[in-house]
Amino acid sequence: MMSLITDLYAYWISVLLMMVGLYIVIDHNNLFKKLIGLNIFQTSVFILFISMGKVDQGTAPILKEGFETFSNPLPHVLILTAIVVSIATTAVGLALVVSINKYYKTINESEIQAIEREEA
Amino acid sequence: MKKNPILRETSHLLIPAILLFALYVQFHGDYGPGGGFQAGVIFASAIILYALLHGVKRAEQVVSLNLAKTCAACGLLLYAGVGVFGILWGGNYLDFNVLAHDPIHGQHWGILLIELGVGLTVASVVLAIFYAFTKFKK
Amino acid sequence: MGGMYSLISAILFVVLDAVDVAFTEAAVGAGISTVLFLSAFSITGKHHELKRKSHLPALLIVLTTGAALIYSTLDMPAFSDPQAPIHQHVAPHYIEESYAEIGVPNLVTSVLASYRSFDTLGEVTVVFTALIAVLLLLGAIRENEE
Repeated sequence: MMSLITDLYAYWISVLLMMVGLYIVIDHNNLFKKLIGLNIFQTSVFILFISMGKVDQGTAPILKEGFETFSNPLPHVLILTAIVVSIATTAVGLALVVSINKYYKTINESEIQAIEREEA
Repeated sequence: MKKNPILRETSHLLIPAILLFALYVQFHGDYGPGGGFQAGVIFASAIILYALLHGVKRAEQVVSLNLAKTCAACGLLLYAGVGVFGILWGGNYLDFNVLAHDPIHGQHWGILLIELGVGLTVASVVLAIFYAFTKFKK
Repeated sequence: MGGMYSLISAILFVVLDAVDVAFTEAAVGAGISTVLFLSAFSITGKHHELKRKSHLPALLIVLTTGAALIYSTLDMPAFSDPQAPIHQHVAPHYIEESYAEIGVPNLVTSVLASYRSFDTLGEVTVVFTALIAVLLLLGAIRENEE
């Protein structure tokens, strides 16, 4: 049982953060808080990938004299792309919230749904 | 925030250092951590710092929104253009081995040009998004 | 608070030997995200948030999903195991052949810009498309009409 925990604790931490992010997205009404929860979710996925790429007693993947084992560079590349894409989606999300606010005059999801139901 | 003298004097020292650091990170991406993305973000944050302290109008006189939009398109064009260059010289798309007399030199040239394109696009995109947010009329 | 969270995750990345990723996460999260969120908050102003009547459905969904995910991690290889399948196929080729084929010490840059440059092209296109989307949404393309 102890060996189970010491083997897998990194993945469990990232699952915990993922669930925190998911709870924030589902439960809050405020659109900004949903975006922040989405950011937390994204960062937890990055932590999951990077922790899968670490090699015991390895070092950063930059070739240099005197180092033998390196950590796997492939997850690093994927996560670098993912971080830049996450800025892009956060920026577009914020622009969407700002223009929703201009049109509906509110940023609460239940109020927006009520307005939509009245207009339909 | 504009009239605070401590912030203004500190920023006059810091902003050139940040810009220089961005250029260092851009061109030393081969030998240490860094590369195009990080350099672009650091460059944009230097200009955003200037805009926060001295007003968006002054920052627009330095780097205007039109210039940022043009640079974003040019960076992407540079990246795709290096790929087309690879075809013209007889290889596949984005093949760097054929760009110079020797595969290793070709790879170095290719990586340099690509990272330049990436850094240019990322810096101008982040800056242009900041300008768009600050110029929004309610 | 969001900036603090990003900084802590950047430190975590450094501990996990991912220096490039830590650099990017620190620059992006602690800098740009904070600035964008603050400007969006200042545009929209203060709003009173409506709480939901019951938090129970969300809590149930989150607990079930979390339990399912933890059950699925029981099959994964141990943390930082060098014999894990992820380190067996393409990664040794990148680590060993990269200096001979490309001649760049930073493995992450060589994989990003040379072995997988199509993905980087796609990523730059995504960033550019995000710029176009934000400019259209916020109406910043108005110089010719004024």
